[in-house]
Amino acid sequence: MTGLSLSGLAMAPPQVLGGIRLVPLIRQESRNDLRLSRRAHSEDFGFVEVNPKSIHTAYVPHGLVANWTADGGAVFGSQMSQSGKTKDGKSYGQYITARGLKKLGLRKMTRREGRHRLRFMPLHVAMEGLLALHFGGPDIAWTEYSESVMRRGLSPRSEFVVPGEEIAGLEDALRLFEVHDNQVGMLVFVAEALASAFVLPHPDDYASLHHTLLSDFYGELIWHYGLWATETVVSPDPIDVDSINNTADLRREVDRLRERWNGINEMMSPALSERNYHSEQVCRFKPFNLERFITDLDPAKENHIGEAIYADDGTLQYLKTYRMSSTQTRRAYLLSQLADHGWDLEQCAAALGCRKSELVLRLENAGFGYLLHQHVLDGARATEKRILK
Amino acid sequence: MSEQITKQNRDDVYAAQREASEREDLVMFTNACFASTGQTEHYSSRQSGKVSIDFLHGYVLANYRTVYRRVLAAGVNDFNRARIVMKLLAIGAPENPVDRAEEGRLIAVTLRSLPANRVFALFASLRKLKINNRRTRAVVRDYLKRRNDPAFDAVKYRSKLRAVARHAHLELNGETGRFIFLLKDQKHFETPLYDAFLRAHYAKQAIYELPFSIAEGFAARHRIPRVEFLRKIQRQMTHAEKQRVQSAAARLGVATPGVDLSRMPLTKLALYVLSLPDDERRSRALEFHDLLRASARRVLRKRPIQLGKVAIVLDRSRSTCGSREKRLRPLAVAIAIHYLIGQSTDEMRAFWTPSRNEATDTTTNEDHVFLFESGGQTDLATPLLLAIEWRPDNIVIISDGFENAPVDACGQIVFAYRERLSRAHPIAFIHANPVFDPDHFSPKPLGNALNTIGLRDAEDLGASMGFAKFASGEASQTQLEEYLGRLTDDLIGGMDE
Repeated sequence: MTGLSLSGLAMAPPQVLGGIRLVPLIRQESRNDLRLSRRAHSEDFGFVEVNPKSIHTAYVPHGLVANWTADGGAVFGSQMSQSGKTKDGKSYGQYITARGLKKLGLRKMTRREGRHRLRFMPLHVAMEGLLALHFGGPDIAWTEYSESVMRRGLSPRSEFVVPGEEIAGLEDALRLFEVHDNQVGMLVFVAEALASAFVLPHPDDYASLHHTLLSDFYGELIWHYGLWATETVVSPDPIDVDSINNTADLRREVDRLRERWNGINEMMSPALSERNYHSEQVCRFKPFNLERFITDLDPAKENHIGEAIYADDGTLQYLKTYRMSSTQTRRAYLLSQLADHGWDLEQCAAALGCRKSELVLRLENAGFGYLLHQHVLDGARATEKRILK
Repeated sequence: MSEQITKQNRDDVYAAQREASEREDLVMFTNACFASTGQTEHYSSRQSGKVSIDFLHGYVLANYRTVYRRVLAAGVNDFNRARIVMKLLAIGAPENPVDRAEEGRLIAVTLRSLPANRVFALFASLRKLKINNRRTRAVVRDYLKRRNDPAFDAVKYRSKLRAVARHAHLELNGETGRFIFLLKDQKHFETPLYDAFLRAHYAKQAIYELPFSIAEGFAARHRIPRVEFLRKIQRQMTHAEKQRVQSAAARLGVATPGVDLSRMPLTKLALYVLSLPDDERRSRALEFHDLLRASARRVLRKRPIQLGKVAIVLDRSRSTCGSREKRLRPLAVAIAIHYLIGQSTDEMRAFWTPSRNEATDTTTNEDHVFLFESGGQTDLATPLLLAIEWRPDNIVIISDGFENAPVDACGQIVFAYRERLSRAHPIAFIHANPVFDPDHFSPKPLGNALNTIGLRDAEDLGASMGFAKFASGEASQTQLEEYLGRLTDDLIGGMDE
């Protein structure tokens, strides 16, 4: 799949505050048969069952609840009142107790709570995908790999994220942002780098979920960008004064200026339009699909993971992305490369154009040292030292 | 020979540059003095606003003292006038007797025209900042000597007066002195107000003879129910106080104290109307419409504005809801300007930014614009183009300067119009901004092509526009000083004696 389809959405000129640039996404015709709303969790921290054998623990600011109708009729608001029956985790302080986790806890990433209700946590579907990437470890018992990995796989893998509150200026920007008519989403740029894309099915949903952007999580990279960003100025070419002979010309030129803004917005978010994506379906609820996706993990470019709901007519109804940092990209890239070459270090090194010992050290630097036997690591280190001399 | 010429040229260039930068300083300062209030704005905090305006005051005082004091006569807002007086008192009197006389009279006249609470707050800050030169003491003494009702002041501002009396070594003779300093030793006062204050400590009935704000404290002390208190105190309330408690009184079911809306200043009236719930605004629309029109006419009688055929471009985006301290002020200013200019000419049309709720984009004199609400993005380009197509002589834009749909379109349109179309039909553009932007020490401009003037109250539009020609660079600094000198002479001549 090439390019993320923003079908049915238009970008409006952005608003800038300090280092934050917010680009509104406008949908002229929004459908009424899918609505998303927020479910607050009393715990900041949640356990989620990925599969019967593994458990995912994470910062959980809130969940989203999707209500839909299968016959295309309107959903009446979001029926929060019916959600009283859900089993919530028994908590101890901020934490859900591990005991009886299978019965309690948040149980699953996505969970049907009724015929026409689905609960999922923003970005956790995507994040789970990233974490569980080749979770099982090597399929063949190569001698280089350590015993614990052969027995248990890559468990546990962890990634570090930062809540939006920590990003300098984001809170002010979201508070002061002037919401458009028909606005259903937003692109958040920090220091002119795409931090997040957020799309919802309906303008009213957006109005009520606008502030959740602040409690969502972002990469450490974005946090660093926020720290150093100052007032940024990017603007398209000004209107062509010489071509104006009457007021109609002036109007035409202003319309062109607006179009040029569109171009700039697209140019600034190449990750949305020009990258190759790998996506998979997580959940199907007629006539919608919940998917998660990951970019092609090219270490030289910006990489995003995310989740989306597409309607059967191809329009994007829900989108949320997470910008991976370069170290996260490297980790995911190395794992996917290893998996592609049957976890054979020799072959993989050849494919990456480096020596086997170099690959071993790269794995260690990326935090995967525990994958390999100690003598393999020591050997690689010695080889490299000798070559460098 | 040729060297000399180049040297002379160079000196001319430097002189011109210096003049330009000096004029820029002064224009920035006067503009800031029209808009800034040291309060939280929608886009900036109270603290940064205070630091910013304080720096500007210090800078202009140190470099252009004459202009600095004469700004007192230019009609800038109360916050800045009080601040100028404080800075002038802090720095001491000038050497030159002519300057000294002018400054002294300006300070006296300004203090008399400021609301009493601001003056007493200013006096209190004199003590905090340890400003206590001979002139300061004389200014305080003269101010208090000329007050109409010293007993009322003594009761209402008792603690402040005590502080200032100690600080400025005032001689408070007779009862006032005893009232201020020896209250607890007294059994009886001749002055009725002082006596009431004394009795109010133990007699419930006496508190209704006191000023409202003082009585409020005693009412709490005697645990008088709020309903009863509001009912009985009405006679003692000032007009502003009546207005302030109106909604609270209505909530409690007390007969609302009669507020004479027809006496309210224009911007304040617009703010009041906007503060009411939607239903009430709609049901009393005709009444409010007439009141606003009458108020605008009163302003025009004092300070006429002649703009010919005029289009106004008004901002009602989300940011015009103001801040917690200045709720809805930018929108209220826009509405007040709509009425003000609407009453000054028959040929007026208003063009509003697109809004989420109201469909109308153009309004005329007769429309009830106070029904509008703030919301949506600041799209000034759309109404500005409509305004240009209507072909007026003047276009006045009221906006906080944060344009975002798209950014900078307004400035570019005005620039393009000037370059290409103004020969066929010239239009004078001006941007009035009710919001101070502390990061840039001035109200935020809408690009370089437009002149931006600061404006806190719609009533100041005339005074504020007096400075527009200096902002544009048409007039020199000398002319600015002359203009301010004329205003000063008018003020001192008109109000003294």
